[in-house]
Amino acid sequence: MKLYNGGKIIAGIVVFLIAATFPFWYGRGKAVRPPDLKLDTPVIQQLKEKLCVEPAPYMRANHMKLLTVWRDAAVREGNRSYTAINGRVYTISLTSTCLECHSNKKQFCDRCHNYAGAKPACWNCHIIPEEVR
Amino acid sequence: MKNLGISIIAVVILLMLPIGAAAAEWYSLLTVALPYGALTVFLLGFIYRVLLWAQSPVPFRITTTCGQEKSLPWIRTNSLESPSGLFGVIGRMALEILLFRSLFRNTGAEILEKRPVYGSAKWLWLFGLLLHWSLLFILLRHLRFFVEPIAPFINALSAFDGLFETGVPTLYLSDLVFLTAATALFLRRVVLVRVRYFSLPQDYFPLLLLLCTAGSGILMRHFTKVNLIKVKELATGWVSFSPVIQEGIGPLFSIHLFLVCTLLVWFPLSKLMHMGGIFLSPTRNLANDNRMRRHLNPWDAPVRVHTYEEYEDEFRDKMKTAGLPVERE
Ligand code: HEC
Ligand code: HEC
Ligand code: HEC
Ligand code: HEM
Repeated sequence: MKLYNGGKIIAGIVVFLIAATFPFWYGRGKAVRPPDLKLDTPVIQQLKEKLCVEPAPYMRANHMKLLTVWRDAAVREGNRSYTAINGRVYTISLTSTCLECHSNKKQFCDRCHNYAGAKPACWNCHIIPEEVR
Repeated sequence: MKNLGISIIAVVILLMLPIGAAAAEWYSLLTVALPYGALTVFLLGFIYRVLLWAQSPVPFRITTTCGQEKSLPWIRTNSLESPSGLFGVIGRMALEILLFRSLFRNTGAEILEKRPVYGSAKWLWLFGLLLHWSLLFILLRHLRFFVEPIAPFINALSAFDGLFETGVPTLYLSDLVFLTAATALFLRRVVLVRVRYFSLPQDYFPLLLLLCTAGSGILMRHFTKVNLIKVKELATGWVSFSPVIQEGIGPLFSIHLFLVCTLLVWFPLSKLMHMGGIFLSPTRNLANDNRMRRHLNPWDAPVRVHTYEEYEDEFRDKMKTAGLPVERE
């Protein structure tokens, strides 16, 4: 096999390989653990049944949709109570419902969001309880 | 229309395969074997194609001159359009690769009042450029699933892309741009009769494939949510060579992933190789120094010549006998 301008061709291929395999060498092959979510806040520990507003698998994928439903209900329709699938009734509030149970925002919401690269802009306006106290 | 039909049928079949595979619970195939296989085909196939190209010699400068070449000192040269040295070539290649300079010269022809009229046509350039840049943005943003901790430049890119913070989760501008550009380029091939005439199935196919990939991704982000934690476990598993088989992330994710794998395999087999090819375009990457340097063809065979002097030496006696004039006695 005779390559013309072989040096440049090989250099180009090396650059291509380095760029295309970026995720392989960037993490140096270390296995990544999913975030360790803490569900041991005082409020959750006092719960009889350790349940979220909706079932956990649904919450994992859809909590942001639930929050927009909540927001629209409260802000547009003035309705501040939400009935979950299993019949429980919750007060609609980001700060005093979600973050009452999940008062450890840093070890819960933030950990998960940093891992997934999500940056909710809600806290520009909404209060994080521990910061007030 | 037949060519378009073939492409659509191919894509519909490709959409159904992962649904079938998920129904049959072939998750190890779908989430581990296939991605590794497709990536291997992509990388090796890409290198193979480039090596094939590199075996063609390029002895002469066949640069297309789009500007005044370097000549006399008092004639102004255009060193980007007709470069004579390395830096000019780098500049021209950068313009070509980053801004599609050649496509900007695209013209359209139309018959107006029975006369052909030529004019500049920039739509192809515009949508082509938008398509490629937004695709780059989307691919770089996807790196958030592959690396942990997420490199700052990836987060910065996502923040920039979601600048307007429309909706929850934030709508990425690159998604909008990508859908618009891909749709426009697809419609161009369907609606314009002359373009449709020379479009083959393999012209429609990558556009449809990309549209369906992006479509399934956008559905996954804004409508039928999937658990991204599982997606990230899967992707970081691949790149650390300790893959975790993920079951049931969702049918949309199966489709998305399968279409990406198809694209990776299709890439080295098709004209998508223009990604590598653009770097090797001889009309762009050779300096126009035809008048400064003599370029010799390296494989010119040495030709055996028989000069007139040698001829005369050989036949002098016979020529004299016949009374022919000779140059040397
Ligand atoms: C009554 C207390 C309570 C409230 C209020 C509550 N949660 Fe939860 N949440 C829980 C518990 C307990 C779990 C663990 C459920 C399980 O593992 O089955 C949980 C789980 C979750 C999970 C899944 C975590 C995982 O394991 O991956 C998410 C996401 C979540 N909650 C978000 C929210 C959001 C957003 C709100 C506000 C809309 C909210 N929670 C309100 C108690 C609560
Ligand atoms: C520009 C400031 C701002 C931002 C950013 C913002 N909100 Fe709000 N939000 C408000 C205001 C103002 C209200 C009305 C408060 C009220 O009437 O009690 C509200 C109400 C809500 C409510 C219902 C009432 C309550 O107390 O929680 C929810 C749920 C909510 N927002 C969710 C969100 C989510 C989720 C985000 C992030 C994606 C977000 N908001 C971002 C300003 C903001
Ligand atoms: C199981 C991991 C996990 C936990 C726990 C979690 N989130 Fe999320 N959240 C995500 C992921 C992943 C996304 C990004 C979704 C996407 O990009 O499609 C997200 C997105 C959001 C968004 C929309 C962000 C945007 O881009 O506009 C809001 C709002 C949000 N989360 C609120 C919360 C709150 C409040 C909590 C804590 C009570 C919480 N989340 C806990 C995983 C989690
Ligand atoms: C050619 C390659 C790919 C293209 C063109 C593509 C395109 C897209 C687009 C346009 C979106 C919409 C949201 C966004 O832009 O972030 C998206 C979302 C998504 N893609 Fe891809 N994708 C590709 C490869 C992949 C791969 C390899 C994976 C596997 C890890 C993947 C997983 C996802 C997931 C999970 C989402 C949903 C993100 C969310 O909910 O925020 N994609 N894709």
